[in-house]
Amino acid sequence: MIWASWSDFFDMGGYGFYVWGSYIVSVICIIGEVMLVLKRKRTLLKHLSLIHEATKEEKINETTS
Amino acid sequence: MAINWFKYSSPASFYVLAGKMIPLFSIAATILFAVGLYIGFFVAPTDFQQGEAYRIIFIHVPAAWMSMFLYVMMAVWAGIGLAFNTRLSSMMATAIAPTGAMFTFLALWTGAVWGKPMWGTWWVWDARLTSELILLFLYIGFMSLQAAIDDPRRADKAGAVIALVGVVNIPIIYFSVKWWNTLHQGASVSVTSSPKMAATMLTGMLIMSIACWMYAIAVILIRTRTIILERERNTAWVSELKGVSS
Repeated sequence: MIWASWSDFFDMGGYGFYVWGSYIVSVICIIGEVMLVLKRKRTLLKHLSLIHEATKEEKINETTS
Repeated sequence: MAINWFKYSSPASFYVLAGKMIPLFSIAATILFAVGLYIGFFVAPTDFQQGEAYRIIFIHVPAAWMSMFLYVMMAVWAGIGLAFNTRLSSMMATAIAPTGAMFTFLALWTGAVWGKPMWGTWWVWDARLTSELILLFLYIGFMSLQAAIDDPRRADKAGAVIALVGVVNIPIIYFSVKWWNTLHQGASVSVTSSPKMAATMLTGMLIMSIACWMYAIAVILIRTRTIILERERNTAWVSELKGVSS
């Protein structure tokens, strides 16, 4: 085992700020990108289903009136 | 087994195929990231020169590789779209750009926080760093140009031109450490010579790179599917989709 303790692990031999500074930002970017891309998809699907509903009602109104 | 590959060049069939592939790539990415980080932080030994600071390599090098690979992929798809007028290839190019830009940013960022303790500076205008920064501007330029043009097919064509012209920057980034006397170190891994690092370090780095590939493919496929829906929203097959018609 390389690390004697957890505090040893977080300290990274005195380079903790730099090592964790790079990994934390990487994790934020990756999770952030996944969230953005999923949100874009969800919003679009919701939008498309609303349009679909609206056009369906229009067609029903056209045939009944 | 004969597979009609051209079938999947139609956005409608690609949409279905990509939907099946996304979970596989997502799972592979998750597992490989876990294994790669475990090797990087718990198996790979301390570097005799850089101490623990070198552990940034496990994200820095994969991010830098991805930034270049993805640019080439983007240019290839954009070029195919321009030459053969295939809609799906242009959509792929558009979907690659944000992920490529993110990896370029990460390569620059992790490089800066690595440079500070090792070189004593966050940034220098050396050839490697400057050409990587230009890569970020190329990605941003590609995305802003496409966003500024309303007609998607015209945006595809304009984007393709910028993507293809920008490809010249990729060999400049790659060979910058050889062509110029840079502060940035030379290639850590090369095809022609044996790696200049411990086997476990190399293993960790390669696993992290494959993990980044799997991640990039998964997220790009999700984005491609969204772009397909956006552009094909007036077609019958989209209005019959489960999420839309229910």
